[in-house]
Amino acid sequence: MSERVESVQPRGGTVLRGGTVIDVAGERRVDVRLVDGRIAETGDLSADGDAEVIDVTGLVVAPGFVDLHTHLREPGMTEAETIETGSRAAALGGYTAVVAMPNTDPTQDCVSVVEFVRSQGRSAGLCDVHPSGSITVGRAGEQLTPFAELASVGVHLFTDDGSGVQDDGLMRRALEYAGELGLVLAQHCEVSSMTTGAVMHEGECCSHLGLPGWPALAEELMVHRDIELVRLTGAPVHLLHLSTARSVALVRAAKADGLPVTAEATPHHISLTDERLGSFDPLFKVNPPLRTMADVEAVRDGLVDGTIDAIATDHAPHPPQAKERPLDAAPPGMLGLETAFGVARAYLDLELRELIGLMSWRPAAIAGLADRHGRPVETGEPANLVVLDPDGRWTVDPGRLASRSTNTPFTDVPLVGRARHTFLHGVAVVRDGAATR
Amino acid sequence: MDTRRHLRGIGDLDRAALERLLDLTDHMAEVGRRANPKVPALRGRTVCNLFFEDSTRTRMSFDTAAKRLSADTMTLAVGSSSVNKGESLRDTVETLGAMGVDAFVVRHRSSGVPWRIAEWTEASVINAGDGWHQHPTQALLDLYTIRSERARRLGEDAGFEGLRVGVIGDIRHSRVARSLTEALGLLGAVVVHIGPRTLMPPTPLARSTDDLDGELEDLDVVYLLRMQNERMDAALIPSGEEYTRRFALDPQRAGRLGEHVLVMHPGPMNRGVEITVDPTTLPGAVVTTQVTNGIAARMAVLFDLLGGVETEVSA
Amino acid sequence: MTDGKRVLGPDDVRRATTRMAHEIIERNRGLDGVVLVGLQRGGVWLAESLGEEIGRIGQAVPVGSLDISLHRDDIGRRPVVPGSVSSLPCDVDGATVVLVDDVLYTGRSVKAALDALNDYGRPSAVQLAVMVDRGHRELPIRPDFVGKNLPTSIIESVEVTVDGVVIIDPETTVDQ
Repeated sequence: MSERVESVQPRGGTVLRGGTVIDVAGERRVDVRLVDGRIAETGDLSADGDAEVIDVTGLVVAPGFVDLHTHLREPGMTEAETIETGSRAAALGGYTAVVAMPNTDPTQDCVSVVEFVRSQGRSAGLCDVHPSGSITVGRAGEQLTPFAELASVGVHLFTDDGSGVQDDGLMRRALEYAGELGLVLAQHCEVSSMTTGAVMHEGECCSHLGLPGWPALAEELMVHRDIELVRLTGAPVHLLHLSTARSVALVRAAKADGLPVTAEATPHHISLTDERLGSFDPLFKVNPPLRTMADVEAVRDGLVDGTIDAIATDHAPHPPQAKERPLDAAPPGMLGLETAFGVARAYLDLELRELIGLMSWRPAAIAGLADRHGRPVETGEPANLVVLDPDGRWTVDPGRLASRSTNTPFTDVPLVGRARHTFLHGVAVVRDGAATR
Repeated sequence: MDTRRHLRGIGDLDRAALERLLDLTDHMAEVGRRANPKVPALRGRTVCNLFFEDSTRTRMSFDTAAKRLSADTMTLAVGSSSVNKGESLRDTVETLGAMGVDAFVVRHRSSGVPWRIAEWTEASVINAGDGWHQHPTQALLDLYTIRSERARRLGEDAGFEGLRVGVIGDIRHSRVARSLTEALGLLGAVVVHIGPRTLMPPTPLARSTDDLDGELEDLDVVYLLRMQNERMDAALIPSGEEYTRRFALDPQRAGRLGEHVLVMHPGPMNRGVEITVDPTTLPGAVVTTQVTNGIAARMAVLFDLLGGVETEVSA
Repeated sequence: MTDGKRVLGPDDVRRATTRMAHEIIERNRGLDGVVLVGLQRGGVWLAESLGEEIGRIGQAVPVGSLDISLHRDDIGRRPVVPGSVSSLPCDVDGATVVLVDDVLYTGRSVKAALDALNDYGRPSAVQLAVMVDRGHRELPIRPDFVGKNLPTSIIESVEVTVDGVVIIDPETTVDQ
C-alpha cells in the first residue's frame, strides 16, 4: 500500500507501517510516524488521510548507520569519487552519517577545507558528512594540526589515516593536547619502516607469490605504543581497521585495564584472506592487507565479544585504470559503503540487534554524533533511520554501484541483507533501493 | 571448457606435462643441430614479445625460438620507466591482441602481470619473468640441462628422483629460484636453499640454511644465483665482501665439489661476487650449455602451446 | 594386432621386404651413396628390416630415422606428438635417400619428410619405399618400391607390422 514519494510531505507525515523496530533499547513490533524531520509517534498507527504510508512489513526499522571511516576523495581526487557520489553510496548502504577521512588534496587540516567538505555534503543532501581533521599538518607527521580551531567548527575526530604517526614523542604531545580538548585521535597503525614496498600480508602466501610483505608486527607495534600512550596520558584513542589477531588481543587487554581505547574493523577483514592475492588482482590490495584465516576469525571474535566497538568501511574508491595497473603499482583500497551490511550479516554470528549496534549507535558515540545518529526510535528523536531487509540474499554488480569507482572485492561473495529505505532528517533519500536524488 | 593454455608459472604444469616438455626440448635441440635449424611447425602464427623490463638475452632467445619454428614475431620492448604513461597495460594488450597475436611472451618487473594479461586476451601467455615470482622457461632449460648433462656424464637417464640441488644466494628476490624449486619438486628432487636469512623469503620454500660449507659436499648440482647491487644498498647484507666470503663459489669450495657435480647459473654472472673461480676451469660448469638449451626449451614451450600435443596420428 | 581383416601374413611381409631390397639394389645399380631413412613412427621397423636384407644380399647400408611431426601441414588442426628425435646416420648431401614408410595414403607424410630432409642437406635423389599403397593420394607423390597395392575405402584404416597387414573397418569391427 505504499504510495509514491511526493516532493512536499503531507501533514500527517510519513508512516512506516508493519515493521519491527530494533534500537539500543531492544526489539518491538511498532509503526513509526515521521513529521518534519523527527519521529512524531510510534505504536499501532492507523493511516490518516493525510499521511504517506510506506509498507515495511517483514522489514526492520533501525537508526541509520554511521561510518567512522570513509574516503570521499573530494577535494582533489574526484575521478575516483565526489562527496555527492560517495554520499549516495552511503545512503544506499543505509548510512545516515559518515566521517570523511582527511587525506584529501588539500588535506583537511584547516577550517576552509573542512567547511568545504561539510557544505558539499549538505548540498548533496544524501547523508550527514562530518569531516575529520588530520593529526599533523598535511599528514606529514611533523607539526600538529590546530585542533582547537577545527574543533570550533565541529570536528571531533582527528587522524592521519593513510599513514600512522611514526614519531612516538609527537604522538604523545598530540594525545595530551587533543585529549584535554575532549577530542578523539584515531590511528592508522603502521610502522612504515617495516612495510616499505609492501603489497600484501607477510606470510606463506607472499613467499610463494614473490611479493614484498606487510608483517603483522608493523600494526601490532603501533597498537601497543598507542595503548601505552593512552595509559600515560589518559587521553582516548580510536584504533582504525584492526586486522591481526594480536592487535585484537592487545585491545582486549587494554579494555580490561579500563583504558579509553576504542577500535573498529572493516567488512573485508572479516571476510577475505591473503590467498585472494593469488590472482594478483589489485582489487584485493588494501592497507592494512588481507590477512590469514586465523586473523579473520580473531577479528570476528573481537566484534562479537565487544573488544572491537564498530564496523567501519574504510571505503576507498579508485578509478578502474588505477586498479588495472600491476599489483605493486596499483593503489590500495576497496569500496565498502554499499556492501557493508550485506557482508557483515553474512559473516558475523551475531544477533541482528548487536550487528546494528556495531554499525549505528556505537560508532555514533565514538564520532561524537550520538545526539543525532544512532538514537532510539522514539518520539522526539531525529528521524535518521534505515529500513532494512535483514535476510534477503544478493550479489553486488560493480556496474550498478552509485560510487564513481567500481573497485569492490565482493563480486563473488554472497551477501545477506540490504537497506531498502533510508531517511535523513525525515526525508527518504533512498526508496526501494534507489536513491531519490 | 577453455582449451587455450598458458605457461605463466610452473603451477600451470603437472609432472606429466613437465616431462613432456623436457622430451619436446630434445627434439628442438636436434633441430638446432641441423644445417638448417628451422621447421615450419608454427608457420602463420604470431608471437608477440612484451618486454617491460630490459633483457636483451632472454628476449633474443625467445625471438630466435619463435623464428626457428617459422612463426612471425613482433616485439614491444618498453623501458621500465615509461610503462603505464597514459596507455594502460590492459589497453596495450587489447590493442596488440586485435592485431592477431597467438601468444604473448611477457616480462615485467611486477609479480603477477602474466596472470592479469591472461584475463585480457584470448592468446596464450608465456611468462618470461615476472618480478620475484616465476621464470618457468628458465626452470625448464635448467632441468633439461641437468638431465642431458648428467646423462652424458653418468650414463642414460640418471633421473631426478632424489637428486640433491643447492640453490645459493638471494632466494627472496629470485623468480629463477622459485620456478626451479617448484619444478624440481615436481620431479622428486631434493632442494636446499643456501643464503643469509635476510635474503630468504619470510617463510621458507625449501629446507633453508646459511651454512654453505656444511652442505657443499652433499650436492649433485650447485646452482648459483646472481647477487644484485640493489640488495647491498638496501641493508639486506652488510657488504659484497661479506656475501662473497660466506656464499661465493671460490677456488677452495670448487675444489671440494664431487666429480660429476654440475655448476649452474642463470646468467649473467657477477665474476668476483657469487663466483670467484674461472668457470671454464670447472669441469662441471655448464653455463653456456644452459644458454644454448634456452632456445630449444623455449621452442618446446611455443610448440606445446601453439602446435597442439595429445595422441599420435597415423600417416 | 587389432581385430580386422588380415590381408597379408608375416611370410608375405618378409617376401615383400626381400623383393623390395632386390629392387632397391637393382634400381640404383649398386649401393653407392644409398641411405635408408624410415619415417617415424611406422617406417622405422621397415627401414631396419630392409637394411638387414640389403646387408645380407649385398653390402651394409646406413639406416636412419626421421621425425616429421614438426613439418606436418596440419599442425594445430590435429593432435600430434613427436616420436623419437630424428637420427640420420650420415651426411645426406649428394646421397640417394630412400624414404621408407609402412603405408602410403594421402602423401602428406612423404611431403613433410621431403621438407624435413631439406633441413639436413641436398640429396642427389630421393626415392620412396612403402609396404602398402592404399590409394587416395591428395598430392602428386608416387612410390618407387611397393610391397602390395591395397585399395581401401577412406573410412577403413590399415595397420602394418612385421606380423602382417590388417584392414580395419570401423563399421564392422566388434567392440571388445
